[in-house]
Amino acid sequence: MAGEATQVIDQKELWGGGRSPFSVSYGKMMMWFFLISDALTFGGFLTALGFQRHHLVAEWPITEEIFFHFPGTHAHLPLLYVALMTFILIVSSVTMVLAVEAGHRMDQKSVIKWMAFTVVGGAIFLGSQAWEWYTFIAGPDGLISTWGDNATLARNPYGPQLYANFFFFITGFHGSHVLSGVILNLLVLIRAYQGWYEKRGHYEMVEKVGLYWHFVDLVWVFVFTFFYLI
Amino acid sequence: MERDDIIEYSLHAHHSEEDGKRIRKNIFKVTAILSIITALEVAMGIIWGKAHIDVNGAGWMSIKIAFILLTLVKAGYIIMVFMHLGDERKGLRYTILLPYAIFIIYLFFILYQESTFLQYLKDAFSWVWS
Repeated sequence: MAGEATQVIDQKELWGGGRSPFSVSYGKMMMWFFLISDALTFGGFLTALGFQRHHLVAEWPITEEIFFHFPGTHAHLPLLYVALMTFILIVSSVTMVLAVEAGHRMDQKSVIKWMAFTVVGGAIFLGSQAWEWYTFIAGPDGLISTWGDNATLARNPYGPQLYANFFFFITGFHGSHVLSGVILNLLVLIRAYQGWYEKRGHYEMVEKVGLYWHFVDLVWVFVFTFFYLI
Repeated sequence: MERDDIIEYSLHAHHSEEDGKRIRKNIFKVTAILSIITALEVAMGIIWGKAHIDVNGAGWMSIKIAFILLTLVKAGYIIMVFMHLGDERKGLRYTILLPYAIFIIYLFFILYQESTFLQYLKDAFSWVWS
């Protein structure tokens, strides 16, 4: 799969200079280093959430009693919409890895097809996120025009103020990552369509934005567990 | 765009149609695993959620641990297969994973410790708290 990275190369040659001892290009390694620093930010968010809710355990609201709405129905469906969002993000991660695989075969048509699916999946997730925020902000009565019970950074009808603040900061910070990921994917899709990477001889750019996109999915997996399930 | 002073590592990542078939099959297998785990988590969250269970009991503790373990399995598949870290050299893998894991485990430990202490303070000095 990763070609040279799986080959056995003499230690002397590997660390002798003039080549990457990890057998990866500069860009890919820097993307990994960026992702580590970004993961530390999200790790900080989630451990802070754990800290606050552990000592406020008596007042902390029950997630299933807040997130039970589903678009188009008034039925009580706890967690199902968030689960659907998680699934959409996982599927768009799969189409991304299929685009990377097609890139390794220099199959321009498949790269374009799978990148397009990834962009669409990311856009659907962003729309769901916006709907989720709308429902959360509207408060228990479901009306955003009545300010009395709206959830904001200064007021939270569901329980401790920190609960609303963590919701806005964690899902908001993740949502801004999804937005920039969709934009990056779109740019790479356009360049793949224009044949840039065909001319360059490799589709490593798809792999690099792919790393970022999988990271966004990875963060959501943790947000889903630590914010919604636990 | 051929340059002879740079090793194009990305060119080595190219593979044939047959390899592609095998890799795609693996991707679909991992997709199925991730979907099943997500469905399992949601089912657990609905059946044994905080609304129906004593959050101070041992039952909820084991469910929480099960959630975290399932999440770590999912994360492992995403990092190792989707992000191809499993295919990279061992040096790169440990450069990425070890410092992060050590730091986060430390952070978790110190915050858990401190929030337990805060809880204790609140109980012991409830007459002055808020």
